[in-house]
Amino acid sequence: MQRIDKAGIRSDVDQTELRLRTLFIQGATGDEAAYRQFLQTTAAHLRAFLRRRLGSWPDEVEDLVQESLLAIHNQRHTYDTDAPLTAWVYAIAKYKLIDWLRRHARRETLNDPLDDENEIFSTADSDAREAQRDLRKVLDLLPEQQRAAIIHTKVDGWSVRETAAALNMSESSVKVAVHRGLKVLTAKLQNES
Amino acid sequence: MNTDDLINMLASGDTRPPAMPIRRILAWLAVSVLGSFMLMALFLGVRSNLLQVLALPAFWMKFIFTLALVAIGWRLTARLSLPGARTGLVATLLALPLLALWSIAAVSLMTAEPGERSELFWGSTWRVCPFLIAGLSVPVLFAALRAMRELAPTRLRIAGAAAGLSAGAAAAAVYCLHCPELAAPFVGFWYVLGMLIPTTAGALLGPRVLRW
Repeated sequence: MQRIDKAGIRSDVDQTELRLRTLFIQGATGDEAAYRQFLQTTAAHLRAFLRRRLGSWPDEVEDLVQESLLAIHNQRHTYDTDAPLTAWVYAIAKYKLIDWLRRHARRETLNDPLDDENEIFSTADSDAREAQRDLRKVLDLLPEQQRAAIIHTKVDGWSVRETAAALNMSESSVKVAVHRGLKVLTAKLQNES
Repeated sequence: MNTDDLINMLASGDTRPPAMPIRRILAWLAVSVLGSFMLMALFLGVRSNLLQVLALPAFWMKFIFTLALVAIGWRLTARLSLPGARTGLVATLLALPLLALWSIAAVSLMTAEPGERSELFWGSTWRVCPFLIAGLSVPVLFAALRAMRELAPTRLRIAGAAAGLSAGAAAAAVYCLHCPELAAPFVGFWYVLGMLIPTTAGALLGPRVLRW
């Protein structure tokens, strides 16, 4: 019986790999809808995984989901297409989880070893919640140019060209400001919690 | 902020990934190896009889040993900089140059006259060799860790160690141009010891400087 169950999980994970990889690759060509779908599906898997792993800190789950999503977004150029996408996502989520646990100096939850790449993708929880901390407030802590570049391109829906004109910057500096700003945001989240 | 809002934010605008900063990374590494060479040339000096030494197989054995470790070490470092990339095979490959050199060393020790064996192992520069290699590796280790920060290593201690080993191997290759020793037992122990110093430094620094 157990073998059948395991095989069932295996093929579910394979399906997830196929779907996520397609969405991610479409997103990498500039398809916003596919990329949004990729992030949403990933978020649901991350949430279920982190909820299980952070049993004693249910309030922190959503913060860490957001931190992991931000990390996945910031590092999307580091995906090595030879390896499964799910392995890449798992490595990042595991890194963020261990980093969080280390910051909170509580290692006892790691008694259960983190070594199963399928662990994230065998479960999902699409019930997105409010995080403890408000990312928008953390956004306000960014240097003005980075903050403005992020808000205009990613919240107001302006194009890079419009943003560049409004901020009196070149288009490539707008892109750099967005990229750097999101990285600074990650650092601020780490220092804050 | 709700997670859905965050997702909407991240998926708006340009979703294409930024280009890998490969050129910048290669430039840093090239400059750092050049820096290591300059340190060697200024403070130690290139061997005056280098041209004659280039004709000796023993020199090439030593030089190719260090270059093989450079090639495999950098490959491993690059893989450890990408989340989820497989590293097992490359890490195993590291054993090949070591085993090859140690085999040569074992044969040369066994075939040598008993009185000459200690000379093959200790040479005349064992006191300084590991420290000079470690010293020459400093610029390369610095550049390697800086380059890794542009990427996303997830096993920071191992990643730091791999950067240190690669830097040590590059420094050892540079040191070959100065070093008077040619015996395989010497290289197999003192060179390796010299590379292990930056490897240890990298393992200690990794968790501190590679966090992201």
